[in-house]
Amino acid sequence: MDYKNIIAKFADVPGGMIEAFHAIQDEFSYLPEEAIIEAAKVFGVPAADAYGVATFYSYFSVKSRGKNIIRICESAPCHIAGADEVVAALERELGITMGNSTADGRFALEFAQCVGQCQATPVITVNSKPYFDVTPAKVVEIIAEYK
Amino acid sequence: MVNVTIDGIKVSVPNGSTILQAAKEVGIKVPTLCYHPDQAVKANCRVCVCEVEGNRLLQAACSQPVFEGMVVKTKTPKVIEARKTILELILSHHPQDCLNCIRNGNCELQDLSAEYIIRDNPFELKVRGLEKDLSTPAIFRDPDKCVLCRRCIDACTVIQSVSALGVEKRGCESMVVPTMGGNLIDSPCVMCGQCVHACPVGAIGEIEDIDKLMAAIADPDTIVVTQIAPAVRLALGEEIGMATGDLPMEVFVAGLRHLGFDYVLHTNFTADLTILEEGNELLQRLTTGGTLPMFTSCSPGWINFCETYYPDLLDNLSTCKSPQQMFGSLVKTYWADKMNIEPQKVVSVSIMPCTAKKFEAARPEMNSSGYQDVDIVLTTREIGKLFRMSGLDFSRLEPSPFDSWMGAYTGAAVIFGATGGVMEAALRTVYEVVTKKELTDVNFTFARGFEGIKEAEIDLDGTKVKVAIAHTLSNARKLMDQVRAGESPYHFIEIMACPGGCIGGGGQPITKANVKRIERIGAIYDEDASLPLRKSHDNPEVKVLYDEFLHEPLGHKSHELLHTHYHAKNKKCL
Ligand code: SF4
Ligand code: SF4
Ligand code: SF4
Ligand code: FES
Ligand code: FES
Repeated sequence: MDYKNIIAKFADVPGGMIEAFHAIQDEFSYLPEEAIIEAAKVFGVPAADAYGVATFYSYFSVKSRGKNIIRICESAPCHIAGADEVVAALERELGITMGNSTADGRFALEFAQCVGQCQATPVITVNSKPYFDVTPAKVVEIIAEYK
Repeated sequence: MVNVTIDGIKVSVPNGSTILQAAKEVGIKVPTLCYHPDQAVKANCRVCVCEVEGNRLLQAACSQPVFEGMVVKTKTPKVIEARKTILELILSHHPQDCLNCIRNGNCELQDLSAEYIIRDNPFELKVRGLEKDLSTPAIFRDPDKCVLCRRCIDACTVIQSVSALGVEKRGCESMVVPTMGGNLIDSPCVMCGQCVHACPVGAIGEIEDIDKLMAAIADPDTIVVTQIAPAVRLALGEEIGMATGDLPMEVFVAGLRHLGFDYVLHTNFTADLTILEEGNELLQRLTTGGTLPMFTSCSPGWINFCETYYPDLLDNLSTCKSPQQMFGSLVKTYWADKMNIEPQKVVSVSIMPCTAKKFEAARPEMNSSGYQDVDIVLTTREIGKLFRMSGLDFSRLEPSPFDSWMGAYTGAAVIFGATGGVMEAALRTVYEVVTKKELTDVNFTFARGFEGIKEAEIDLDGTKVKVAIAHTLSNARKLMDQVRAGESPYHFIEIMACPGGCIGGGGQPITKANVKRIERIGAIYDEDASLPLRKSHDNPEVKVLYDEFLHEPLGHKSHELLHTHYHAKNKKCL
C-alpha cells in the first residue's frame, strides 16, 4: 500500500501518527522521508517534530533497510551466552556487518536491547519473531527460511 | 502575595512566582542555563537547584513556584556541590574550545564555569565528534557545543513559527537538528538568527566574514565602500562598552575610517529611496487594481519565509529590493560613475543588524550592476569585534561626516530600524504625494511600540487606506493566513522578521531579553526626532539621484536596478 493511504487511515485516530508509523514500517520496513513529511502535514505538526517522533523510538528506522529485519540482543545475558559468535555467523552468512542491509534489499542486521527471553539466550528476532538458544549452525537454517 | 524567606531575607512576592523570581526580588542571582526570560520554562539543565526547607531533594528554582512560608537556601554546600557536578557533567562532553570560539567572552557556560570555579573535572572528557553544519552563508551550527537547553527551538518555533529545528533521538544520543536531521540549508530555516540570540553557548552562530573584509582593506587595488543600516549604530555601543544609543553617528564613521574603509556611506540613503519607490508602487497598485494588500520587502528573513511558506502570495510582495540591495546596485553604477571610480575596483561592504542579509547579498539575481552588488556583509557583532581589536578610544575620536552622494538621510530612514518604521516613513511620503499638502505632524504614533500586530486606517484626503504592521514571523503568519483566506481588510502590510524589527535582528549584540530591544526602539525615535529632515522625499541626495540618473520612481532605470522578483523555495519539509 502507498504510504499516503496508510497515513490517511490513521488521520482521525488520537495519537495516530505513531500508529501510522508502525503501519508504514510494517510495509516498507523503515520510515521513508516522504512518509514522515506527509504524516507531519496530515497530523498538523512541523516536519521537525514528526522527525523527532520517528527518531525517538529506536524501533523506528529512518534509514532504508532490508525487508527482513534480524535483530540480535546485545544485553548482558545474551552476550555471556555467546551472542558474539552468533553475530559473526550472521555477518558471514549475509556478507554484511551489523547495522547494514544486504544489497538485494532482503535482510537487515541490527542490535536490540533485551527482548525479555533471557531464559533461552542468545536470542535473535526476525521481523519480531523470536528464535531461542541460537547457535552459529542454527543461523544458517533461520536465514534459509526467509530466502 | 506569598511570604517567603530566601537566604534569611524575608520577601513577599506575587502568587505563582518561582524561586528564581523571588530570589531576584531580594537581589540574589541564582545561576541558570536553560532558562530564558522571554520563553516558557524548560527546567532541563538543573543548574539552578536550591534547597527548600522540608524537602529532601533539591528544587529547580526556575520552575518551582513558591508557597506561603517557604524557606529557600540558594547557596548551601550541598547546593554548590550539586551545581558543580552538573557543570562538570556538561563540560565532560563539551569541546574545550573557548579560545577559538565565537562566544569566547560572551558565553553562559563559560561564565558558569568561571563562577563555579571548575578546575579539575573528575569526569573523563568525551566529545561526540558531530559534524559542523556550514551549509548556509549566514548561520552555522556546531552541535558538539550544544547543551541541549532547547532555547533555539523555542525561538524558531514559538517566536518565528518556522520550526526548522527539533530534537532527534533521545537520552545521551539526542541532539538538536534541522528538519529531517539534515543541514540547515535544506530545512525551512529563514536565516533570521533568532536562534543565535537564544543560544547560551557557541552551538549556533553567524558565519563570520571578517577575514574577507580585512583582505579587501589590505588590497591596495580595491576601493572599500561601506553602507551602514539604520539599526546598527544604536546597538553597536553595547559591543564597545557604551550605553544603548550613546555612540554618536559621526564617531562611528570616524571609527570606520580608522579601520581602513575608503568611503563611508549610509543605507539610510537607500531607505529613503525605498520609500519613494515603494510608496509609488503602493499608489500604483491602489489606482490600477494591482495585487493588494502589498507587503513590504526590506526584511530578507521575511522574504525567505514568504518564499517558503506562502509562495502563493509572492505577487503581494513589493518588487522593491531591500535598501541594502538598492545600495549595492547603485554604488557600482551611479555612485562609481559620479566619483569617477572604476566599478570593478569597488568592494561593496554592508554593516547590518541581520544575518539573513548575508544570504540576501549572495542571491544570484542580486547582480544588476553587472557585478555582485554587495560583496561582504558584516553584522553589528562583527564590526564590534573589529572595533575592540582596533584599540580605538571612541571618547577621543574626532567626529567625521558621511561621504557624499549616497550618505545623506532623513529621520524617515532612521526609523526603518524599528517595527512600524517603514510604515510610518511611507505614510509621511504617501500622504504628501497624494494630498499635495504638507503634513502638520509627521508622527504616526500608532505605528510605534512593541505590540505584535498594529493596525490603522489612514485618511488620505478622502481615500481611506487600511494598514497593518507585524514583527516576528509568528505574527506575520497570522496576517498571511488572513490574506490567503481572502479575508484581509488591509491595503498595505509591513512585516519585519525579527522581534522589534531590525533593532532585534539576528546580527545585533546578543540580547536575551526583549527589554533591551524596547530600549533600542526608544533610541531610534530619539534620533528621528533630532534630525532636521524627517520625510524621505526631502532627502537632497535622493533628489539629485532622480534628477541626474533615475529620472522618476518606477521608471526604466529603477526597474533595472532597484526592483526584483521572488521565487517559491519548494522546500520539501515544512
Ligand atoms: S560554547 Fe562557551 S564554553 Fe563552549 S567552547 Fe564556546 S565559549 Fe567555551
Ligand atoms: S535562523 Fe531563524 S529560521 Fe533559521 S533556525 Fe534560527 S531561528 Fe530558525
Ligand atoms: S543549539 Fe544552543 S540554544 Fe539550541 S539547544 Fe543547543 S545550546 Fe541550546
Ligand atoms: S538479554 Fe537477551 S533476551 Fe534478555
Ligand atoms: S535554569 Fe533551571 S533547570 Fe535550567
